[in-house]
Amino acid sequence: MWQALYDNLEQTVAVILFGIGFTILLLQRNLIRKIIGLNIMSTATYLFLASMGYIEGRKAPIVTDGVTDLAAYINPIPAGLVLTGIVVSVSFTGIMLALTVRLYRRYRTLDIDQIALLAKGEDMA
Amino acid sequence: MSKRRSDWEQRPQARFLRWMRDGYGALDDQITTSISQPAAPRPDQEAMEAHDILVGTHRHERELALDRLAHYDLQNWANTRGRKVLGRLYAVLALLLGLILIYFLLNTVAFMPRFASADVPANNEVIARYVEKGLEETGAINIVAGMILDYRAFDTLGESTVLFVAACAVLILLRIDLDDHGQPMQQLIAEESDDRHYEPKNDRILQGSAMVLTPIILLFGIYVLFNGHLGPGGGFSGGAILSSGLILYLNAFGFQKAGRFFTYKIFMWVSFFSLGFYGVAKAYSFYMGANGLHSGIPLGTPGAILSSGLIMPLNIAVGLVVACTMYIFYALFRKGGL
Repeated sequence: MWQALYDNLEQTVAVILFGIGFTILLLQRNLIRKIIGLNIMSTATYLFLASMGYIEGRKAPIVTDGVTDLAAYINPIPAGLVLTGIVVSVSFTGIMLALTVRLYRRYRTLDIDQIALLAKGEDMA
Repeated sequence: MSKRRSDWEQRPQARFLRWMRDGYGALDDQITTSISQPAAPRPDQEAMEAHDILVGTHRHERELALDRLAHYDLQNWANTRGRKVLGRLYAVLALLLGLILIYFLLNTVAFMPRFASADVPANNEVIARYVEKGLEETGAINIVAGMILDYRAFDTLGESTVLFVAACAVLILLRIDLDDHGQPMQQLIAEESDDRHYEPKNDRILQGSAMVLTPIILLFGIYVLFNGHLGPGGGFSGGAILSSGLILYLNAFGFQKAGRFFTYKIFMWVSFFSLGFYGVAKAYSFYMGANGLHSGIPLGTPGAILSSGLIMPLNIAVGLVVACTMYIFYALFRKGGL
């Protein structure tokens, strides 16, 4: 197993990063750190996708000298998928940060447990 | 030993622990205060028994009182030490869950085809079509640009729309409304979210470098936009570069000067026209293609700047949406408006 993991080093690093991001999501109470964790997870996904598309000894998918041979270029699809992923990640990061700003303005804290407690107190009142 | 203890606060381990515990402080304080002084005095068991003997209460009532005592103990524990124990347990379980997830994913990776080999299942006939016919069918040198703006153009339209919707959502959440006199309606929030008084006014170095760099950055962004079908680049990267130039200008010269050329109206119209043009153009070309008609859009000679049909205009449309979105994100997070 270790040899196989070493051969797929990029993907190994990607899944470890994914796990780290997931653990940050669970462990941290600070909202900003949760957002950073989610971003680490999405970055790990991009690394995984990009590593799936690479093929040894081939070039980036930009036609040079009119060569349109399949054996000359790497897989172009992961590049497009990563592009989609980056756009979505930028969008959700923006929306989550805006929501965090609103929460902070109301409760004066970024701690999710305290926000939950305060919100509960507001409900009771 | 004592020396090591005195510089413990500065050591990396201590700093790491502080970093891990940050944000826990307030709750921990609450726990320690509630440990040192219990919220309500615990009913005294011996005094109660003495009272029982004196008054001669019934056995049943005495059991009820003992139950109440046990309940009080449990509740007290859950509010003080129990919360701490459960917090630790939660942290350990979360860590374990993360490790288990990593373990399973690593097992999956170990059984995947070797990195960078040509026989990965993802390299199937779709790739062959894109690579072999892409230049001929889309006219784009950059196969990725041909793919995302021709074969999969509606995907990219969705992406641009997602960005636009995100910008609108942030606008709704963070915008500070102005009344009829141009004054912010929520004065307190406006003052708080405005961070301009923290920065030096008319920074000569920043302004000088912005004067030189902004045109270069904008030119480079336009170059990347217009060369999306000829080389690395395209709408998304070009738009990001354009917006970084705008943000540099904003930082150097302030909101008043930037507001002369970028307002809400311009944001809305540019985004609306870009997305509308994109949707209409692609709907037309897909409709004609699906019905086997000739769309009348020339592909040109591959390699020329005016080639590959719709890809360059679509790149420009996407780039404008991206630039507007990034800029408005920045402006809203800095002071809640343009």
